[in-house]
Amino acid sequence: MNSDPRTDTTDAAPAVPFWRDPAKRALVFQVVALAMVAAVSYYLFSNTQANLERQSIATGFGFLDKEAGFEIGESVIGYSAADSYTRALLVGAINTLIVAVTGIILTVILGTLVGIARLSSNWLIARLSGGYIEVMQNIPILLQLFFWYALFYEAFPSPRQALNPFTGVFLCNRGLIFAIPEAHPAHAIMAWGVVAALAIGYGLHRWGQRRQEQTGLVFPSVKATIGLTLLLPTLIWLVYGAPTAMSIPVMAGFNFKGGLTVSPEFSALLLGLVLYTSAFVAEIVRAGIQSVGQGQVEAAMAVGLRPMQVLQLVILPQALRVIIPPLTSQMLNLTKNSSLAIAIGFSDFVAISNTTINQTGQAIEGVALIMLFFLCFSLTTSLFMNWYNKKMALVER
Amino acid sequence: MSKSTTASPREMLKPPVTEVGVIGWLRGNLFNTWYNSLLTVLVVLLLWQLVPPFFNWAFVNSLWYSPAEECRDIDGACWSVVTQNVNFIIFGFFPEGEHWRPASAMLLLLALVLYSKNSNHWKRSLVWLWLAGLVTMGMLMHGGVFGMPVVETAQWSGLPLTFMLALFGMVAAYPFGVLLALGRRSRMPAIKSLCVIYIEMIRGVPLISLLFMSSVMFPLFLPEGVTLDRVLRAQVAIIMFTAAYIAEVVRGGLQAMARGQYEAAESLGLNFNQTMRLIILPQALKIVIPPSVGILLSAFKDTSLVVIIALYDVLKTTKVALGNPIWTGYSTEAYIFLAVFYFICCYAMSSYSRKLEKSLHTGR
Repeated sequence: MNSDPRTDTTDAAPAVPFWRDPAKRALVFQVVALAMVAAVSYYLFSNTQANLERQSIATGFGFLDKEAGFEIGESVIGYSAADSYTRALLVGAINTLIVAVTGIILTVILGTLVGIARLSSNWLIARLSGGYIEVMQNIPILLQLFFWYALFYEAFPSPRQALNPFTGVFLCNRGLIFAIPEAHPAHAIMAWGVVAALAIGYGLHRWGQRRQEQTGLVFPSVKATIGLTLLLPTLIWLVYGAPTAMSIPVMAGFNFKGGLTVSPEFSALLLGLVLYTSAFVAEIVRAGIQSVGQGQVEAAMAVGLRPMQVLQLVILPQALRVIIPPLTSQMLNLTKNSSLAIAIGFSDFVAISNTTINQTGQAIEGVALIMLFFLCFSLTTSLFMNWYNKKMALVER
Repeated sequence: MSKSTTASPREMLKPPVTEVGVIGWLRGNLFNTWYNSLLTVLVVLLLWQLVPPFFNWAFVNSLWYSPAEECRDIDGACWSVVTQNVNFIIFGFFPEGEHWRPASAMLLLLALVLYSKNSNHWKRSLVWLWLAGLVTMGMLMHGGVFGMPVVETAQWSGLPLTFMLALFGMVAAYPFGVLLALGRRSRMPAIKSLCVIYIEMIRGVPLISLLFMSSVMFPLFLPEGVTLDRVLRAQVAIIMFTAAYIAEVVRGGLQAMARGQYEAAESLGLNFNQTMRLIILPQALKIVIPPSVGILLSAFKDTSLVVIIALYDVLKTTKVALGNPIWTGYSTEAYIFLAVFYFICCYAMSSYSRKLEKSLHTGR
């Protein structure tokens, strides 16, 4: 703005005073701006230094190796109060990741369904999903979390009178408890089987695409992948002698033993995040589908593609280009909103950092950790977005 | 005349009854394909299962204005939890005898909002009107003039606090956000990178981390002896957060400006400040009015997060009211009441924003 093309005139006429020379003026502006930022930072830094000394608060990340001394409600990795702060923060980070990943998967599924329902030719369905979108978008997420959490605590009975809708499934104010298969070595191999099936499916898809480009023959790669992901783990399961032992929850004392317990905190958080974010995702999906012109569909049908092919080859590639960028930002929003877990007592990264801040008094380090943790997510997302945009730009022409 | 009343030889055929009127509409919109018919039947069955019990709970078996003890004997909703505590939920810890002050401040706000809705009133004078209104509201809340006793910000709570955090956050963040947007578009590398770092950093972290910063880090930043009230610290965090989002919206507006606008301004001999003030910003800011209403909407929803750093906004006062042992167990009713309140406010804002978008779409 200040260094515009007129800069060239300086060479011809060196007599221009520096305050009329955009290039030099820009330099002065920038130096002044940087100096101001530096001065403010120094002022804050020296104040902080003085305050920390006066209150004799330690600085640095040395506290990470110390004993945390607090219990954590739920953790998938082993943890006890005697472990270090690092371990406690790791538990929190894993909890956040679990909520975020489960939440994102469920949100995308629910959001897509609602978005499609919004465009349904069925008046009732379209209106209901429209109402759902409006209600969920216009109520603060925190209020929704409180609501679900209160509902879990007030509407569900105590473990002794737990609701038992299906065999092996219990609902009470301690959460949702259900039977899971007894741990068996086959399960890990089965998980690897799924990964292998997906990898083979990807290979098949690439090969199918190449073959289609060369010969025009269509290979049903999606169906093949779905079949493989079902078939491979089942085969492994049969090879290991089809273990069917289940860990069934039973009442012992005041609570259930066995099975898997999903705590009310986790359920409320997941439910709130999924319902809230899926309303936004639904609008994105709707806009994406509507962005593909009716003429495209008609042209594809005229060429003789079958409905599934129209969807797969014509609608989705174009709709996804509109959908993916805002969708990733919604996924990021869900991850950031998962920090509200602290309000209903779920031990996510922010909640544990907050406990750490309260115990050690090292607020700056604690807040820095929280910010760094979330910045990692946003940086990864923006890297992905850059890659995706580049790829899409290549596809374009 | 008489000829036209007699039946004409070629009789006009009416469309079949199955294609028009209620039946036609039903056939066209609910039962047009076999799966749609199935879906309709399923949804109607589901609604039949859900709506009448909810209606009974909320309206038939409910109590609206009763002491807590009577609520124990009914199986409907106990709306009394709201009606009995409504004073505390709305005004929080504001001194008992002074409730007229926040009430009139909120009425003033409502009047200003209703007045500004009409785009015919968008003149320079409106800005002054708003500034005057904000100052008056501040004076009403804080007191200390015209014989009104001083009420410290620490006592501001409930609905006025919610409105204040959102509104002052938006108003104070806007100029800051415009500057950031201009900085991000600047060709000066140092200024550009400062703005980019600020915007991306703030947008990359959740609001709650900034609120933590305000509650635990800001006190460390201030020199010895200087303290800043908790409410004001949270307000600063909200302003910092909102400004980054405003900057991105305004940047969108700046990018939408045609290159010719800058060139025309330059060829007229306007300098940077004049170009921005007279040519670019008036047009760019007009484009971004609808998304700005969207930001106000999110700011309004996000203020509820101050609950986590123990400020008494309307959500927190509700929780405090529910913390009273005689009212425990009625959270659902209280939260539904709050949800309805938030929904009305937010829905009004979002539908207004959509309407503006249509009416301001002057085409290009």
